[in-house]
Amino acid sequence: MRRTLIESLFRGKLTEPAPRVGEAEPMALLTELGEIARGRLGRSLAIRELDAGSCNGCELEITALGNAFHDLERFGLKFVASPRHADVLMITGPLTRNMLEAMRSTYEAMAAPKFVIAVGDCACTGGVFAESPACIGAAAQILDVDLRIPGCPPDPVTLLKGLIGFANALASAPTHRSTQS
Amino acid sequence: MMIDQATWQEAAADLASGASVFVALWAEPAGDDCVVHLAGRPRGSGDVGVLSLMAHDRHFPSIALYHPGAILMERALCDLHGLIADDTPDPRAWLDHTAAYAFKPAIGPGIHQIPVGPVHAGIIEPGHFRFSVNGETIVRLEARLGYAHKGTIGLMRGQTIGHAAKLAGRISGDSTVAYAYAFACAVERALGIVVPPRAAALRGIMAELERLANHFGDIGAICNDGGFPLMNALTAALRERVLRLSATCFGHRLMMDRIIPGGVETDLTEAAAALIRTTLADLLTQWGRLSELYEKTASLQDRMVTSGRLDPAIARRLGCGGYVGRASGQDFDARRDAPYQPYDTCRFTVPGVSAGDVDARIQIRMTELDQSISLIRDLLATLPTGPLRAALPDTPITTGHALVEGFRGDIFAHVRLRDGFVEAAMLRDPSWFFWPALETAIEGNIVADFPLCNKSFNPSYSGCDL
Repeated sequence: MRRTLIESLFRGKLTEPAPRVGEAEPMALLTELGEIARGRLGRSLAIRELDAGSCNGCELEITALGNAFHDLERFGLKFVASPRHADVLMITGPLTRNMLEAMRSTYEAMAAPKFVIAVGDCACTGGVFAESPACIGAAAQILDVDLRIPGCPPDPVTLLKGLIGFANALASAPTHRSTQS
Repeated sequence: MMIDQATWQEAAADLASGASVFVALWAEPAGDDCVVHLAGRPRGSGDVGVLSLMAHDRHFPSIALYHPGAILMERALCDLHGLIADDTPDPRAWLDHTAAYAFKPAIGPGIHQIPVGPVHAGIIEPGHFRFSVNGETIVRLEARLGYAHKGTIGLMRGQTIGHAAKLAGRISGDSTVAYAYAFACAVERALGIVVPPRAAALRGIMAELERLANHFGDIGAICNDGGFPLMNALTAALRERVLRLSATCFGHRLMMDRIIPGGVETDLTEAAAALIRTTLADLLTQWGRLSELYEKTASLQDRMVTSGRLDPAIARRLGCGGYVGRASGQDFDARRDAPYQPYDTCRFTVPGVSAGDVDARIQIRMTELDQSISLIRDLLATLPTGPLRAALPDTPITTGHALVEGFRGDIFAHVRLRDGFVEAAMLRDPSWFFWPALETAIEGNIVADFPLCNKSFNPSYSGCDL
């Protein structure tokens, strides 16, 4: 134990610089964001992850966001256990019929302002399960989706770019839109 | 092979006596009726046989009545096909969540229930756990699944072999290589083709990389649930390095869709092979330190040793494979006992202990990590040259099945093909037998040890919900 800790002190960190987030990525989602959201959240987002029937591939890559290479929390982004604490509902999977009620309840348990991010091809479009009678398909069929991060599964850097872009967009959302929303 | 009810009953009796090991139970429509298939293997052998019974008027004699390990699969197939298993011990719906659900009772002074899920606190799959507890102690656990039911097997019917392979690779994302591998082997046996030696070796390398990544990640996650996040932070970095290595060498971090029926999708360059060698050497050095850290941290050992003990007799009865079976005295590994390319020419040993606790499952995985690294090295050292794919002939109806050892345990795949299309398929995850094993192993443990015990089994939800 002592040796591991001492080595960790001198080894230098594994964490990589933040990925570059392109200008185009902070996106069209701005239309729905308001001053209230910006004032309350700043650049910090609490995320409730919800598996709506994925194959678990997306979960593996979302979990990888927390490893030493990606270190999600340095960006003010944090996964929380309760929807009561969450600003963002991050949905994976092709929304199975058996998860519909649980997804609705989770979303309703969140306090406003709240946002929905669809992660992976399944949550974005239904993916290879789109035609299944056991699935509803894209999350957008039930909830308003603010950001889509496609991929099967999206790798952690793609996820980071999307999330940082989203947080940036939230922090710099033009004030005038708020009064309309 | 189509059989009559008497033979069906004999097969059920063999399962009950332990002479044969249950592999899978599934069904498919046949006109107005339904055919029920039962797969099993003689104990100690990987030679799987499939028996088929016509279920007239949608009735068939229950297998679960004789072999409780078949209960979940029997419930699932009844939901999917409207079948009735006569005299079944558990007629409750499984995948169909539209009706009310009665959990099994636990009655006694002071006993109360804790419902958890389907949405969990962490980033994991959906499922419901109903704990009946007396104070801190778990008296009964019942897992209710089906939340990730996507109708995957139904979607495979009528698809091209190529598209069905993609679906197979998405039954449980953490085992995408193993599923693609199992499906491909079943197809190849149905068509009577042999993949080129280079493709076979590359498949082995990918399968062992997948095992490495999962074992690294899970060992850390189990320690994390035992209150030792340092281990998780360090092994998560090792896992990440394996995934990055996989992406560099095979073009996808999880190596999805890289194994295809007939061969493999991507080749391995000389430079990539060299990168695998140097990365593995480095990982092995770092891993050596971490396994020592695991062994020498008394507070961690205190959580691991004796927790979540699975009785070898129950592991035997359920037919548990993988690290769960091998930690509870079950000596089976499809790579050795149902030999397939390239393992039929590889040298490796199958670890086994019988303590059956969380620590035993970690010990098995730690030994398997070393084995995987040496297997990859051997495969690289003898990597043949040549083509990556064999052509798939168009044939009239043919069937084939295969057992492939994923990181969890043996995955069974069965296909029936006609003119390049999939007429019927079944893929059976090892987790079908882990869930009931977990329910028994958790009895008498405290609620706070559930995450630790659960992660040490790490059953797939999506893999069973199908």
